[in-house]
Amino acid sequence: MAMLLVNDLVSQVAGGAGDDAWVAVDSLERTTGWALKPEGACLGERCVPIPVNRADDFVRDGRFNITALADYLGQPVVRDTNHGVIAIGESGEGRANRLRTLSAPDFRLPDIDGQMHSLSDYRGRKVFLASWASW
Amino acid sequence: MDLPVWQKLYSEIGDLGFVPITVAFDAGGVEAAGPWIRAANPTYPSLIDRQHVVADLYDMVNVPMAVWIDEDGRIVRPTEPAGTNDSFRAMDHTTYAIPAEAIDSLRTVREVYLGALRDWAEKGPASQFALPEDEVLRRLNEPNDSHALAAVNFRMGEYLHEQGHPADAQRYFDEAKRLRPESWAYRRQAWALEDPAKSGGPEFWAAVDALGEDKYYAKIDMPGV
Repeated sequence: MAMLLVNDLVSQVAGGAGDDAWVAVDSLERTTGWALKPEGACLGERCVPIPVNRADDFVRDGRFNITALADYLGQPVVRDTNHGVIAIGESGEGRANRLRTLSAPDFRLPDIDGQMHSLSDYRGRKVFLASWASW
Repeated sequence: MDLPVWQKLYSEIGDLGFVPITVAFDAGGVEAAGPWIRAANPTYPSLIDRQHVVADLYDMVNVPMAVWIDEDGRIVRPTEPAGTNDSFRAMDHTTYAIPAEAIDSLRTVREVYLGALRDWAEKGPASQFALPEDEVLRRLNEPNDSHALAAVNFRMGEYLHEQGHPADAQRYFDEAKRLRPESWAYRRQAWALEDPAKSGGPEFWAAVDALGEDKYYAKIDMPGV
């Protein structure tokens, strides 16, 4: 058993942190944000076709290989075998492409009372998004 | 801390359809950021970002940095220092005394920046401070694979710290800092988790002094700054 971190999502996967992370297809979207559709692996509107000649590397016995997808897309994967954790991030190209659209990427974060706010809740206003920190 | 500055601005121009959203890059969560938020008691959304998600999305390598987003969710000023400059570096490292000219310099950049925000709130896209798309694109600091790898190392460190493995967490923070030496957010957050006194202590000043002629905050590209 290993912990799987995909961006801010946390879940458990069978196998060790040094292995491929095979995620049950029916919980794939909840645990990774990705969904398996006829057109391929989809993150929201964006779909990536699974290479036909390598279909077995990605989908097997109702499970999807999320680390294989990460490698395929050039997403960084960091493994801590000591504590059994696999972390997958977004690729540099993915980040750059998203920023270049100039469409402000959405996020969802809590306030001090635990109430969640999304940037998109404030559409229709001019938003001044500013960072700070206690440190 | 800038939370009261943004609150004052919000009370002045909020009715022009302007709203600040502040995000605390604090792996320590409410425990770390909460006292500051309670003291400022802002009426705008004041959010807590344990994983530095917004830093990733908007390429913010320090605080305070800001991005301006119009009514349609379009970026009209990309990430830049939020009305501040390097004048704090003239501060005496032990007494925290600041020379008068450094205070004047900081006051000037802040006034110009707040004036620009007021102008944008009033005029919208007609404001000279709301940049055309080609200019926003020109100013973007594009993320690359090294940034992406730094971010996932930071995420691993933050997770391990949260799980009670602070020493192992620091190894991943070290890797994030190595890959992204320009990120003061990584550096100072890692220090703060190690020992709260460190992020503003001798280690911090030594690192700032080591910059030499390089900037801690990039100069804001705005007339009058």
